[in-house]
Amino acid sequence: MTTPSNNIQIETRNLDVYYNKQYILKNINIKIPSKQITAIIGPSGCGKTTLLKSFNRLLEIQDNVRISGEIIVDGVNILNPNLNTPDIRKKMGMLSQKPYPLPMSIFDNVAYGIRIHDKKKPKNEVAEKVQHYLEEVGLWNEIKDRLHDPATQLSVGQQQRLCLARAIAVEPEVLLCDEPTSALDPIAAQQIEKLLLKLKRNYTVVLVTHTLRQAKRLADYVVFLYFGMVIEQGPAYEFFNNPKNPESIAYLNGEIS
Amino acid sequence: MDNKRLRLIRDYITTKVMIAITLSIFILFCFILLFLIWRSSLFLSEYSIVEILLSSRWSPARGEFGLYPIIIGTILVTGIALLIAVPISLLSAIYISEYAPAKLKHFVRPFIDLLAGVPSVVYGLCAFLFIVPLVKDHIAPLFGVQSTGLCIFTASVTLSIMVLPIIISLCVDSFAAVPLPLREASLSVGATRWETVKKVVFRASAPSIISAVILGFGRAFGETIAVNMVVGGVSRVPVSLFDPGQTLASKIISDYSELSSIPIRESALLFMALLLLVVVVAFNVISKIILSKTRRRWSY
Amino acid sequence: MNKRVIEEGVFEILMILSLVFVLGSLIIIISLVLYHGAPAITVEMLTQTSSSRLYTGRGGGILNAIVGSILLAIPATLLAFMVGLTVALFLQSDFTHPQLANSVRFILDILWGTPSIIYGVFCMVIMFILGSTTSLLWGIIALTLLEIPIITRYMDETISMVPHGLKESAYSLGLTKVETAFKIVRKQALPGIIAGVLLGLGRGIGDAASIVFLIGESNSIPSSFDSPTSALPTMIFNLYSQPDPYVRQKAYAAAFILLIIVLIISVASRILTKRLTKHIIK
Repeated sequence: MTTPSNNIQIETRNLDVYYNKQYILKNINIKIPSKQITAIIGPSGCGKTTLLKSFNRLLEIQDNVRISGEIIVDGVNILNPNLNTPDIRKKMGMLSQKPYPLPMSIFDNVAYGIRIHDKKKPKNEVAEKVQHYLEEVGLWNEIKDRLHDPATQLSVGQQQRLCLARAIAVEPEVLLCDEPTSALDPIAAQQIEKLLLKLKRNYTVVLVTHTLRQAKRLADYVVFLYFGMVIEQGPAYEFFNNPKNPESIAYLNGEIS
Repeated sequence: MDNKRLRLIRDYITTKVMIAITLSIFILFCFILLFLIWRSSLFLSEYSIVEILLSSRWSPARGEFGLYPIIIGTILVTGIALLIAVPISLLSAIYISEYAPAKLKHFVRPFIDLLAGVPSVVYGLCAFLFIVPLVKDHIAPLFGVQSTGLCIFTASVTLSIMVLPIIISLCVDSFAAVPLPLREASLSVGATRWETVKKVVFRASAPSIISAVILGFGRAFGETIAVNMVVGGVSRVPVSLFDPGQTLASKIISDYSELSSIPIRESALLFMALLLLVVVVAFNVISKIILSKTRRRWSY
Repeated sequence: MNKRVIEEGVFEILMILSLVFVLGSLIIIISLVLYHGAPAITVEMLTQTSSSRLYTGRGGGILNAIVGSILLAIPATLLAFMVGLTVALFLQSDFTHPQLANSVRFILDILWGTPSIIYGVFCMVIMFILGSTTSLLWGIIALTLLEIPIITRYMDETISMVPHGLKESAYSLGLTKVETAFKIVRKQALPGIIAGVLLGLGRGIGDAASIVFLIGESNSIPSSFDSPTSALPTMIFNLYSQPDPYVRQKAYAAAFILLIIVLIISVASRILTKRLTKHIIK
């Protein structure tokens, strides 16, 4: 298992997660490379989303969750309870499975994060940024005339791109994507995939997906999770062409899903 | 064969009976409304609405029926009660729903329900035993005012406590209806829990909250017994909050003996009942309209 | 970032204070009633009816009020339950147009929000028109009217939550709509129905405004539906500010009993709901 020569953005050490006294994530030790797309794959219900949500500490807002171990991001263990959680989360953008635009206008959705972190920002600067990020996700031309309409009026594909714009508007370092295309039609899904490929130049992308094909299309690095345990991790090329564990081989052959 | 026919016939009759009983609910309400209108018509025909609502003189013996002081009293008591109750309810509801650990959440809910189940008389009695002396001996002197304790202020505070459980439970339900991923979306861009509540949860449940407050308003407006026990029962426009006053619902129960006296006085009383009914119904209806109209805008 | 944290901290404190206020009110209410009411509960208080010197002297108890309240609330709740169950079952989409059902629900909500005094005034005028006099019967009528919307709406909500698949299975087995309604839906919604009935009972037994005109006054246990009666809430209402402390004792005792009843109903509702929920399908 060779790690790429790039930097490691996220590293977990002995990460354990218990939910409702059930042992969900078992002794996770992975290294996620910087500025690449890392796909977390595996059968459904194996803890992929849980792992993702531990990176931005969203797991703790639910009751009955116990987390132990370390998650090192840029040399700092983000699980340290003394740290300021909103600051940690600002570094990690999140895109969820089903798009959830905030109950406000399209403009306000993108501006939301910007305004939270800098209340005094002048209006024109905010507007510039909103436009910039909407252009980044390819939404600007489609909605520039209805910026102040409620975001819920957009199509599902547009909403997902809006959520992406909202996430990158606070300039995170990492993008956590939880099956971001599973609720979308093929065309919208393709748009998101193209965006992720473009965005990996500037952001570390961690992508949870349960379609092998999507992983093959997008991943530079793969982490294979099975029943809460990391079976294998490595560069995508190696994993798909030269899997080392029997479970990996079985999964790649479609025997387990 | 016979058994089957028997079942079908029984079914048919039962269905018809169900329809009849259900329709009688409709009829009941219309009947009450029309009945009150009919019996107040005598009163309304003798006095103009303006005179009734704006005159301050209430002495039925002399044929004077000015409702103005009572209207002012009602507005004061209800308004102040809600001024106190709304912030407390909202803050409590937010805490229960967003901040409290699960165990506390489950622990608190039955207590709120219990508070809602306490009868009005008991509220009135407790207010009489606790708040009245408190106002008389400590609070009013603080403001340099003399008071018997039976006053607008006492009635407002009592009413606010009575209204708390309704607003709290409706708000907690509204907050619970906001999907978790929405909160996660806000938190994931680095917002604090409080900012998420302020900007996302509130917005998403705003119509429900407003409708809950209006419902609380209606409940407060119609509260009769507890208010009657502590408001002082004086039909004069109060000069200070520590003066006695009177509300519409309380007046009705104070003067119920009018119901068996001269027709004009009975009619006046029934007019007050009609007014009470119309206002409370209006609140309920507005509350529902807000809920249904704005629900369409933010649908998830 | 500091400002944001401070703001959150301040509001968290305000929230906790608010909750303390709410719970504190409940504790104060319970304490007051216990403090004044418990000493008033003597054997005499519970087993004797009020003496003819109710407003002036000592002696006697509140048995007539206790019995009166029971005789008022139980029949009213029973009647309201029968009407309520019928209407609630009927409102299910199996029987009627959703539009009609929703209009009825609308009216029920309005009736539910109607102050209880309106029912009292209404019944009283009708009583005069009919030439009748204050009696137990009129009290029951007013309470029934009061309880119908409460029980009906509550049961309606519960019954709506019966999973559709359950009803479909019943129909496919050949049961008629009415049979399904009364046999299967009823069992599934039983915890909710019981909770609704207890809710109505609690409301009915504690309400004073609707019945204070209609039941008259009585120092003895009512002998028939036509006789006037006393009741716990009205006793409190009439006696709470009487000058003689011995007279007020009766009010305190009545409040004590009322509160105990409400507490029992609340607890019973929870326990029954929990126990019966074991049998229903989720």
